[in-house]
Amino acid sequence: MAFGAFATATTAAEPVARRKSPIALLLLLPGLLYLGLFFLVPLFSLVITSLQQPDPVLFGQFENAFRWENYVTVLEQYWPQTIRAFGFAALATLFALLIGFPLAYFVGITLRRWPLLQALALVLVIAPFFISFLLRTIAWKQLFSDEGPIVGFLQALAILPGDAAITGSAFAVVFGLTYNFIPFMTLPIYTSLERLDLRYVEAGGDLYASPRSTFFRVTLPLAAPGIMSGTLLTFIPAAGDYVNASREFLGSTDTAMIGNVIEANFLVLQNFPAAAALSLVLMAAILILVSAYVKRSGTEDLL
Amino acid sequence: MRGFGKYAIWIYSIMALVFLMVPIVYTIVFSFNDSRRTNIVWRGFTLDNWLNVCDAQGVCEAFGNSILIGVVATVLATTLGTMIAIALVRYRFRFRSATTLLLFLPMATPEVVLGAGLAAQFLQAGVGKGIGTIILAHTMFCISFVVVTVRARVASLDPALEEAGRDLYASPREVFWRITFPLLLPGIIAAALLSFALSFDDFIITNFNRGADVTFPSYIYTAAARGIPAEANVIASGVFLLAIALVLISQFSAAARRRKLAKTS
Repeated sequence: MAFGAFATATTAAEPVARRKSPIALLLLLPGLLYLGLFFLVPLFSLVITSLQQPDPVLFGQFENAFRWENYVTVLEQYWPQTIRAFGFAALATLFALLIGFPLAYFVGITLRRWPLLQALALVLVIAPFFISFLLRTIAWKQLFSDEGPIVGFLQALAILPGDAAITGSAFAVVFGLTYNFIPFMTLPIYTSLERLDLRYVEAGGDLYASPRSTFFRVTLPLAAPGIMSGTLLTFIPAAGDYVNASREFLGSTDTAMIGNVIEANFLVLQNFPAAAALSLVLMAAILILVSAYVKRSGTEDLL
Repeated sequence: MRGFGKYAIWIYSIMALVFLMVPIVYTIVFSFNDSRRTNIVWRGFTLDNWLNVCDAQGVCEAFGNSILIGVVATVLATTLGTMIAIALVRYRFRFRSATTLLLFLPMATPEVVLGAGLAAQFLQAGVGKGIGTIILAHTMFCISFVVVTVRARVASLDPALEEAGRDLYASPREVFWRITFPLLLPGIIAAALLSFALSFDDFIITNFNRGADVTFPSYIYTAAARGIPAEANVIASGVFLLAIALVLISQFSAAARRRKLAKTS
């Protein structure tokens, strides 16, 4: 999987002496032009759109302008959703790591002695990729619904009051985000642990390190590239997600995230400048967080 | 880890795996539900949904659109991405760091931004949204994943094999198609499968750029408001079981090969 390659690419040895040749240009140009046209130009379109103002004559139309106040307006109006998006994404990343790391350790190290079991466990980890994530989220919604088995059970144990609901709560949204991104967290960590040479761990024991300090001084640093890819692959899409927090799925209007606001402004309210400004705010915030994180973790060359 | 720790990781991990499976099993089980209007309460076992999948209005059309989009976007992205991957590993060129940044950024950008950006672009250019714009969008976000996947394969390729071909008077074209390409093929296939999976399950970018056309995920999203028909579960379960069967076969044959190798060495 590419998620694995995400982690391995940093250390991939490149033994070939690179040549200079016009062929390089022929190979690169079509793909890079494509990305320029359908990735960079759209970002530019977002910038233009975000500065537009309502057309004075045609209702519902916008004309090009330089109205940077749009950014102030959307931040004033939607700061709770923006903060919530990053808070929910951070929580989901943390929980996914708490579930994904032990799971990756189990599959990558504990199960090494049983290759068939290891193969089976790995298939189970990637299995969620093969079934629509919308349907998986709907499944949780129905399991958590007021008439569903989970609420009934918790009410019978008096953990939940009789009139309480789970769907529509912040808990349900973070739960759904966590669930959806566990494989994205687990796989890169698995790829770094799977190649970990166990003799390093043995050496730690031979040098009288306790299992705990061997873990923190040997295993964890060697898993670091995987942990980093995993957190990025979880945090970035989680912060922009609007399915889990949507009213039809696990959320309610009280749990709306920035993605929900962007979707509503673009596709429902047709307030394109607001949607564009919010998109750029989201992108800028993510880029700042990611570059700070990448710098701190010390692996600059991710690709 | 000793003593209790040894069992703790087994218990914890098996619970995590079970947790991952819960909604999958739920989706498959409810594909057999004798549902009428909504598919929420269990009403008994039936094969009707499986035998008459296309009865639910629009579900098969959406599925067909998703397959079409997935295939075209995969072919485009795999071709463009493989070319870039070869150039990155094999050639020296200026703007290398700008190129890697351009490849990394789409993966670091939230889908909602990619989707809104493309939609804003199509709006400004006056392009009507539909299957065509969905294909353009999917190809874009698949390219980077193809590059990452194929690049590792190119890097692990022994250049001596190609040199041997040249020493034996093969033309550059022959060297590429008879030596390089077959050796890269496993990586290219992996990248293509990944692209297809990403395209097939994409909802967020699609939703911004689909116009009135419906893909399988957007069908589910729209249906969620009034209740998802069991036929959607049937299609998802069918795709799932097929994919799992393929993965199981390849995984177990790889594991068996490894075991055999371990025995002989």
